[in-house]
Amino acid sequence: MRLLQSYGMRLRRKRHGLRAYRKSFGLRQVVNRTSAIRPGDILLFSTLRDEYVRLPYFLKYYRELGVAHFLIVDNDSSDGGRDYLSQQSDVSLWHARGSYRRANYGVDWLNWLQRRYAHDHWTLVVDPDELFIYPFCDTRPIRALTDWLEVSQVRSFGAMLLDMYPKGRIDATPYAPGQDPIEVACWFDPGNYTIEKNPSFGNLWIQGGPRARVFFRDNPLMSPALNKVPLVKWNRRYTYVSSTHMLLPRGLNRTYDEWGGEKASGVLLHAKFLNTFAEKAKEELRRGQHYSASIEYKSYYENLRENPDLWCKWSEKYINWRQLEILGLMSKGNWA
Amino acid sequence: MSVGIVMLVHTAFDRAEQVARHWSAAGCPIVIHVDKSVQKQSFVAFRDALSDLNHVRFCRRHRCEWGTWDLVAATQSASRLMLDTFPDVRHVYLASGACLPLRPVEDLIDYLEQRPQTDFIESATTSDVPWTIGGLDQERFTLSFPFSWRRHRALFDAFVTLQRKIGYRRKIPPGIVPHMGSQWWCLTRQTLSAILDDPDRALYDSYFRRVWIPDESYFQTLVRLYSRKIESRSLTLSKFDYQGKPHVFYDDHLQLLRRSDCFVARKIWPFANKLYSSFLVDPSALMKKTEPNPGKIDRIFAKAVERRMRGRPGLYMQSRFPKESHDLGPTCAPYSVFEGFSDLFENFEPWLAKMTASRVHGHLFAPDRAEYSDNQRVMNGALSDSAKLRDYNPRAFLSSLIWNTRGERQSFQIGPRDKIDHIEWMIAKDPNAQISVISGAWALPLFQSNRNFAEIRQEAARLQSRESNHLDVLRSQWSKARIRIWSLAEFIEAPMEPLQTIVDEIGKQSTHSLSEVPRMVDLTGFGQFLQNLKNQGMHPYLMGDFPVSEPAEERRRGSTRPYIVR
Repeated sequence: MRLLQSYGMRLRRKRHGLRAYRKSFGLRQVVNRTSAIRPGDILLFSTLRDEYVRLPYFLKYYRELGVAHFLIVDNDSSDGGRDYLSQQSDVSLWHARGSYRRANYGVDWLNWLQRRYAHDHWTLVVDPDELFIYPFCDTRPIRALTDWLEVSQVRSFGAMLLDMYPKGRIDATPYAPGQDPIEVACWFDPGNYTIEKNPSFGNLWIQGGPRARVFFRDNPLMSPALNKVPLVKWNRRYTYVSSTHMLLPRGLNRTYDEWGGEKASGVLLHAKFLNTFAEKAKEELRRGQHYSASIEYKSYYENLRENPDLWCKWSEKYINWRQLEILGLMSKGNWA
Repeated sequence: MSVGIVMLVHTAFDRAEQVARHWSAAGCPIVIHVDKSVQKQSFVAFRDALSDLNHVRFCRRHRCEWGTWDLVAATQSASRLMLDTFPDVRHVYLASGACLPLRPVEDLIDYLEQRPQTDFIESATTSDVPWTIGGLDQERFTLSFPFSWRRHRALFDAFVTLQRKIGYRRKIPPGIVPHMGSQWWCLTRQTLSAILDDPDRALYDSYFRRVWIPDESYFQTLVRLYSRKIESRSLTLSKFDYQGKPHVFYDDHLQLLRRSDCFVARKIWPFANKLYSSFLVDPSALMKKTEPNPGKIDRIFAKAVERRMRGRPGLYMQSRFPKESHDLGPTCAPYSVFEGFSDLFENFEPWLAKMTASRVHGHLFAPDRAEYSDNQRVMNGALSDSAKLRDYNPRAFLSSLIWNTRGERQSFQIGPRDKIDHIEWMIAKDPNAQISVISGAWALPLFQSNRNFAEIRQEAARLQSRESNHLDVLRSQWSKARIRIWSLAEFIEAPMEPLQTIVDEIGKQSTHSLSEVPRMVDLTGFGQFLQNLKNQGMHPYLMGDFPVSEPAEERRRGSTRPYIVR
């Protein structure tokens, strides 16, 4: 039975590989600087659409953490972000005209690029509104983390999505390009998350946070998944299955300890709720390109029209990773 | 007289070169062993980079793999070369390329000068050390290990199992007693040469060749044969985690390392620029002359291992999600659960909050919403009061609540009217729960209600059967909570005593007696009410025996006048 299951997973992995190959025909190379990639470089993969305003800070943040090269798929942006990216010396850029949804929400495109360029590299897959936080990130570059993971014979590192929001109306404080989005959206929910184990893929399914509390309080089942595995020592046989929520082979999803201990983990600060959000929600709703026929965006949009304040009395203001560690949202594990 | 440094290097050659120059500047001769698996061009570049130094030699190269004999062979070759080439050397210090001197080298030389006969090597018998990996302590000396632990783990394990099964035991050579310890030592010429020139060395070598991790036991064992004075500790600060890999030092450990007063630390992350520049370049950063004192570093690393192995009980998060069989309990702190108290006492919640200075919630699992204290809509941790969110995962809800309010005792009410089906087992099995039940008290709101009797009868039957099931859970053999159950009749007989006990258990000032008691509801006619239920064919039994006509006056006096128990 277990053998059969394993074989089923193998087939699934192969199928995702094929899908990625098929979808790769929808990718047009804008600028390819991957020849600059050196062995041991840490790579970042991202897919985006109309995120120009976020890009300057995004690139700066990850450059400072020690990302050596950015490989980005632009899904038909019309805001000038593509030109901006193509001028960056450490960015390789592809343009995808096809449907985001039919490319498995961008996963197929990135799986393809990762397969081609990321083999044997530590690879970070994040969206432009996600900032990666890990233990000691204020004093140690990512390289310190990946070196340590490597010595510990760990291939993947989990980082839960933590939704950040401003106090007051979402559209009250405008966000300026180059600004740290956490200055605007610095609040988060510290302790209202639910976890379940996904028996078929072995990952944890985490839900909760402000989106569950405000948008999905009557339909918690539909509230979005927050578990992510963004940092992986990539091998061309690996594949992301659903966003960065889970991977195949399944062993990569085991970023948690089941015997009572704590593995090291990080957090992705999710600065989704900036003033740009209302506009975005409207647009995404129209395009219907998101998960479950954009039920998420439908719910946002309805709520946003009424009272867009996600802040509550027990919201916590972000200080640093140590605060998240103490709150129990992430862990140092045995890294000291 | 001087100190000779034996350096084992396999990576980060720029750092190794930097450290070698540092040793050399203080006049220490150096013998370097470079792992044979290093590519030739890297090796040549490294050797050429150090060619301007007079007292540096490179010894024969061995292919070193963790846990194997070659590390010892490398050390032997390098030591031999050191003793033969530099006759002035009195102490030989074994270091690696990732070692960083924290104190001036002159300090180390002086320190050893004052202890000319002392060998610094951690050396303990196997029964005395806790840090063995893979459960192999004594067995690493009595079994054979031909397979690599790193590369062929399955074969390694299978072969160990096989040897155990057939009862195979190697013979330990006569005259030696296995000792283990840190592989980083500092030995005197006398001791080291005695080990290397031992007439029985071939015998010992062939024995240790098949011992597991011999670099932690070869010198540690043989030194016991020759040393005149052993200080069983390493001069190198080196800490290992639970997997047996060394903890790494980064820039943010700078102050910690400065205060450790150790001579040498390992292992340093090669890109820790601040550490290298502080300790190798800047002499003002160096430490005063005291005995090494790595206590604080020890504690930090011990804590890290504890965090990895045991975690924070009662916390469920993305990287800690224990299986039920390995869970120490679903909550992180003691809490109290009350059943029936808020039915019997009109002001039970505010009263308890006042008496115990703790947080007292209403019915957290009420059907329509979570009734937090003070009627709050959101609780610590931004927990919503939405019944749907709560019932989506009630276990996570309760665990989160207790975790979010660490440091403040929580109490809440439950009853047969609440949605407790998915939570009662968790509470009953939780050693942190303190559950107090007045069974049958659910009948009091019915008694006071203004509903049709047929309806009341039906509701009473429903509640009684739910509470009865719930009591079965509490009384089951699996329950681990602290549970007290009184029937309603029993409780109102002498309410003060149980109340005092409950408050004592929660409250911080347990010596105080109750200065105030909660107001009990008026029970006049309750006996008759129960009798009416009986007359309708429903049998209320959970509340105990109530006489149909009771001397109500007396009972009321007893319950409303405050009196002191002790």
